[in-house]
Amino acid sequence: MTSAQFEIQLIAVVVAIACALPGVFLVLRRMAMMSDAISHSILLGIVLAFFLTRDLTSPFLVIAATLSGVLTVSLVELLNRTRLVREDTAIGLIFPVLFSIGVILISRYSGDIHLDTDSVLLGELAFAPFDRFIIFSRDFGPRALYLMGGIMFINIVLIIMFYKELKVATFDAGLAMALGFSPALIHYGLMSMVSITAVGAFDAVGSILVVALMIGPPASVYLLTDRLSLLLILSSLLGAAGSIMGYWVAHLLDASIAGSISSMIGLIFLAVYLFAPDRGLIAIARRRRRQRIEFALEMLLVHLFNHEGLPEAAIECHIANLPEHLYWELQFAQRVIRSGEKGNLLLNREEILFLTSTGRERAQKSILA
Amino acid sequence: MKNSQTTFAIEVEDMTVAYREKPVLWDVDLLVPGGILQAIIGPNGAGKTTMIKAILGLVKPSAGRVLIYGKPYSQQRQLVAYVPQRGSVDWDFPTNVLDVVMMGRYGTLGWFRRPGKEDHQRAEEALAKVGMADFLKRQISQLSGGQQQRVFLARALVQDAMVYFMDEPFQGVDATTEKAIVSLLKELRAAGKTVLVVHHDLQTVTEYFDWVLLLNVRRIASGPVSEVFTEKNLRLAYGGKVAFLTHHTHQNAGAPTNV
Repeated sequence: MTSAQFEIQLIAVVVAIACALPGVFLVLRRMAMMSDAISHSILLGIVLAFFLTRDLTSPFLVIAATLSGVLTVSLVELLNRTRLVREDTAIGLIFPVLFSIGVILISRYSGDIHLDTDSVLLGELAFAPFDRFIIFSRDFGPRALYLMGGIMFINIVLIIMFYKELKVATFDAGLAMALGFSPALIHYGLMSMVSITAVGAFDAVGSILVVALMIGPPASVYLLTDRLSLLLILSSLLGAAGSIMGYWVAHLLDASIAGSISSMIGLIFLAVYLFAPDRGLIAIARRRRRQRIEFALEMLLVHLFNHEGLPEAAIECHIANLPEHLYWELQFAQRVIRSGEKGNLLLNREEILFLTSTGRERAQKSILA
Repeated sequence: MKNSQTTFAIEVEDMTVAYREKPVLWDVDLLVPGGILQAIIGPNGAGKTTMIKAILGLVKPSAGRVLIYGKPYSQQRQLVAYVPQRGSVDWDFPTNVLDVVMMGRYGTLGWFRRPGKEDHQRAEEALAKVGMADFLKRQISQLSGGQQQRVFLARALVQDAMVYFMDEPFQGVDATTEKAIVSLLKELRAAGKTVLVVHHDLQTVTEYFDWVLLLNVRRIASGPVSEVFTEKNLRLAYGGKVAFLTHHTHQNAGAPTNV
């Protein structure tokens, strides 16, 4: 592995962690699409600041971009508060406008500079190592690593400091307000964090990957854990793992790194969605099936119990008659019977079913309950 | 009650709330003495929840003044606990019962400080009080409606408040939980606390509460149940729509009124 390869992966991991942390709260607050809006509309701030400073590395760009991210959030809320449009509609109305103004300004006035719309959407991680942080002709490594490392560090510190405030404002904003914490302040603080993170990340990885890294890992881990602290930690780790895997896939296929990482995050979510031990699709389907058989077995036991020892028992309790009497498919009935036999609840004597003593007890209990 | 020396637990003057130009609460006055259980009743859309939210500053009133024990609410936050409607939060939030109850301590802790051992212990005690001692580590998404309500009550208990605001605590809970809530309310009253409850069930007003506010955008009446919970006032609050209920409550409330 060359040093450039190592640096690219390191940057990707740092971006993944920086994005996953505020992303957790976006997902919990059902504001996932806000990451999309912010990561696009920051372009306007960057372009405007560039026209003022004529310098692509000016810190003023970051400030202006962050402000335009916060502006997006306020405009969406302003529009939403009129109750004439819903929040998702408001998002869809606001950010394309701001983003497009940025695109128009670029295409009209700055055809000769490095700013172009492709790099905004997809970024180019492969070029990140070329932009070095050099002081007195000494090379300290890629600039993006310092920028994103700083943002990651700030995000970690802020979330640790305001952990309880973020938690209560996210879970129950009314209570947070009644307790004297300002949910609005926390909300805009979080949105600023999202904006700064998106600004820092977009140059290196592009806005699509910012969205993928903010939403994908938290959404996946949400299906795996019940604790907020674990959700934060595991989302960071999963985002980091997805970034490294995505990088090597890109290497193998000779494809876009950001694209590969985004796809990898999507695939990871799909895997979790299917195979999560408790809330995965497969686990749910299995549980449903088991419950259906358990319930059917209970019904069968009660049925046998009600006809036990009566003259019609030979007919009612004959396996061949179950489909007609209980409206079951024969195959399903056989599965239920097998499960009953396994649990030693009923016996099959020449196609006629009898309750065992445990089966009788169970049936009595079901009737009483 | 007209003693000007008394400091009321809750004093609301001229509370008016409007959503756009439509008034939801219209010039409502309310005086609640300390140490009583007071219900707020009224038909749907009468502004019961809005009343509580406006008192707590959760919605912005167009006009009105709120005093808690003689001082503005913003200075008396520590004295006030709030139990919102169960449905107002996302119960799939990744946290457990103990953690939610601990949130009640956040106000006392203020910014930055983290809950410690004492807060932990308080939360456990409060959960034991509402019969949820065995559910400390239970994920909140696995609670029944009644259990959710008890968790909210425990959270209000650890706030150590003097005045409690509860928004429909009896909504959709089982009989056991209803009994648990009632005995908790009585315990709070015995400890000198004041509780203001948005209530729906007219049949239990006389049984559970000391005072009642009848509300329908305007204040219809407020005072001791025996004085103001009358058929005439109910008719004013609900219109003709609750004839069968007013008939029922008349039999219950009628006797003490005629003393």
